[in-house]
Amino acid sequence: MTRYTPVYAGTVTRYVIVESFEITPADLAVRAYEIANGVMIKETCFGLVINGPETDVDRVIAEIRKADPDHIFVKDRGFPPGDARRCRANLGGARPGYHGIEYEMTIIPYVSHGLEEIKKRDLSSIPPPDDPLQPHALDIEKLKKLMESQES
Amino acid sequence: MVKVFIYPATSLILSDMVARFGHTPLSSAVAVRERIQTPGLESPPLQITPEEPKKGLKWAAVEVPAGVRGRMSLYGPMIEACEAAIIINDADLSFGCMGCARTNELIKFLLREKDIPKLDLNYPKSEEEGVRFVAAIKKFLDSLGGAK
Repeated sequence: MTRYTPVYAGTVTRYVIVESFEITPADLAVRAYEIANGVMIKETCFGLVINGPETDVDRVIAEIRKADPDHIFVKDRGFPPGDARRCRANLGGARPGYHGIEYEMTIIPYVSHGLEEIKKRDLSSIPPPDDPLQPHALDIEKLKKLMESQES
Repeated sequence: MVKVFIYPATSLILSDMVARFGHTPLSSAVAVRERIQTPGLESPPLQITPEEPKKGLKWAAVEVPAGVRGRMSLYGPMIEACEAAIIINDADLSFGCMGCARTNELIKFLLREKDIPKLDLNYPKSEEEGVRFVAAIKKFLDSLGGAK
């Protein structure tokens, strides 16, 4: 067995994911490079991957998030940027984990809208979402569609 | 800052929401990073060694497949450390082989057994549901106190 020596030990890696009509990953990357100060930044199609000491990474993220706070999302990543075990350049096909982000990207516009709205509306006046643990009856419209699809 | 376990543990939305509202998200990336940054014997891609299924015995019985026990060695310590949890119940993205499916069931079971504040949600499917979704998370996280 081969001995394993980790690279970038003691650092953190974070994804910055952009879902905005006003900012592109390239705009953010330029801003991030300006204030990087030794932090590693990689531009991707969906945003940035930032690696470095935790305080520095948080500083860069806090600054670039100001560009469009409700449309920039941040997530931790286990591997450093370009790691051969995860990077699709080495593996081919989509990177493992990309499909999860791809799925949530279809939902993120609703979340961004929610983040904008809670600033304008009184939080206590917003009703709670449906409890998923409560069994709910079949929606009449859905039943109608099912019947129609069977009849046609 | 309260440690909040998120399910699905890879969720971008939940991870962002918890950190945005001042708490610490416990996600699978944190557990993976811990292994990736620990020296030892090479065991790519996730540095999961034969030791992990043994550690997983703490949360799953010996007759449970090694795949579930290995995964539990990542999630188990986080479930023990968490002080609150947010669970999304219709997370299709967390589907997978039987190892993933059974681990997901076990994670949800352990979270429901634990006496901590929990928030159960579904993903929003419209803008209005998005508002309710974000408001529910904000109210829940505010109620925990100690936000950064």
